Amino acid sequence: MSGSRLRRVRVAEVEQVAARIKRFRLVDIDNAPLSEFSGGSHISVVMHSGDRMMRNPYSLMGSPSDTSSYQISVLNCGADSRGGSKFMHENVAVGTELEISEPLNLFPPVKLAKKHILIAGGIGITPFMSMMNELDSLKSNFELHYGVRSLDEGAYCKYLQSRYGSRINIYRQDQGQMIPLETILGNQRLGTHMYVCGPKPMIDWSLQTAELLGWPSENVHSEQFSAPPPGKPFTVKLAKSGREITVKGHQSILEALEEHGVDAPFLCRGGACGQCETGVVACDGYIEHNDHFLTEPERVSGKKIMICMSRIQTGSITLDL
Amino acid sequence: MTISTNKSRPIYPGLSPDLNARSNIIVCDKGGAAAVTELFSRADTAFAKRTTILLAETLSDAEKQTVKTELSPASIEFFPTIPEGIARLREMLEAAPMGLRLYATGTEPLIGSVVQAAADYAIDHLSIRTEHRGSLMRRVQCVHCKGFIENVTTNPVTCAHCGLTLLVRDHYSRRLAAFQGVCIDAEVPGDVPPTEALYQ
Repeated sequence: MSGSRLRRVRVAEVEQVAARIKRFRLVDIDNAPLSEFSGGSHISVVMHSGDRMMRNPYSLMGSPSDTSSYQISVLNCGADSRGGSKFMHENVAVGTELEISEPLNLFPPVKLAKKHILIAGGIGITPFMSMMNELDSLKSNFELHYGVRSLDEGAYCKYLQSRYGSRINIYRQDQGQMIPLETILGNQRLGTHMYVCGPKPMIDWSLQTAELLGWPSENVHSEQFSAPPPGKPFTVKLAKSGREITVKGHQSILEALEEHGVDAPFLCRGGACGQCETGVVACDGYIEHNDHFLTEPERVSGKKIMICMSRIQTGSITLDL
Repeated sequence: MTISTNKSRPIYPGLSPDLNARSNIIVCDKGGAAAVTELFSRADTAFAKRTTILLAETLSDAEKQTVKTELSPASIEFFPTIPEGIARLREMLEAAPMGLRLYATGTEPLIGSVVQAAADYAIDHLSIRTEHRGSLMRRVQCVHCKGFIENVTTNPVTCAHCGLTLLVRDHYSRRLAAFQGVCIDAEVPGDVPPTEALYQ
């Protein structure tokens, strides 16, 4: 139930690909072939930092059929980070051993689409790396619109332009360039799909622009992984086993449960997939819903919580676990 | 519309206007035209102006005039049969950009034909707004000889092509725009339950 089994890997290569972005190449610890994946997939990487355990999702790049290694890109979020990306940047080097999950795809391209419009902002480029690889080999019609702060901070600009030519459009914020989304979406053939990955304001803007131009929601796709925001410690009561567990300030409910050996359901750990949806039996605090999955009525009902992302401000919450 | 336990059985939530779409195509029959009138009453005049209606059913000149007046200012084209209406729909979809919203309302064979044709233009079936009106008659494919039987109103029904007596299932194919008909007396030939007029 709780995700796939873990695989031990070794870091074979680390490259600084942009000002705050490193690319890591991971190989199986025994050099066994890794699983094939599909364009848009991600893995979660398990990190042990002191007595803390974190599992962060990272999109797989490279060719989906290359089973010799996986490549991920990690943005160092610095002070905004909960510690995962900082750990990857500061504590992981060639030779470091890590645990990863099997690939999972919550952001696949729609194979029947006539055309694919990919909208990326900053580190949001990562899922499109494997997606473009796949679409290119299928000879599908696609174009990328990629917003970067500057060429120093944007990863893979040159690589993408040399590989995919005029299908790559780069917009530099330091030169005042904006993705002309209204023009792009306003002039597409029927059966076109849009995919967006980047910071939340960019995703919201893209989804809203598409909606206002009359794009059906079925043609619009987005992915955003967030880290669970920290808060104050609180108590989780488990209705079925009667256990009480304290969630520390920097932990998610899911991480606290795992620390205490509770096998709770999860997949993406980024509030996107819905797998960890858990019933709320009782709650004497205010639930901070940090996921992208529950609908507004579900949030208001207070009967459900996504334990990978959401927490309560203070007090205790009783879960149907 | 009876609720089915069969997941493939389409459901038709009812028409609601997408006010953001830059153009609309509505395919309907005579019964569905009433649903279009109600749809227009829930939107502004500009919505109707952006709309082309393809009405696929044989109508008298007087009926056409009534419908035209009723659904003004949308532009209306009339076709005597569903296949002729669908041929025109395909022509329009060939040239259409994103920002188009497709609607279908009327009998199930009409809605199913629209969904089937739209799939060729990569229009997701869930993005088509649908409302069932009029007869419950079904289009059925005989799973044995693969022939199609149009306008089926009874269960069981005799296959018009191979003569088998078929149980009309709720098992639906969007690709074929048809429900599946399976031989009902395969084990004991002739042991057939009474025919019911389920889909009038």
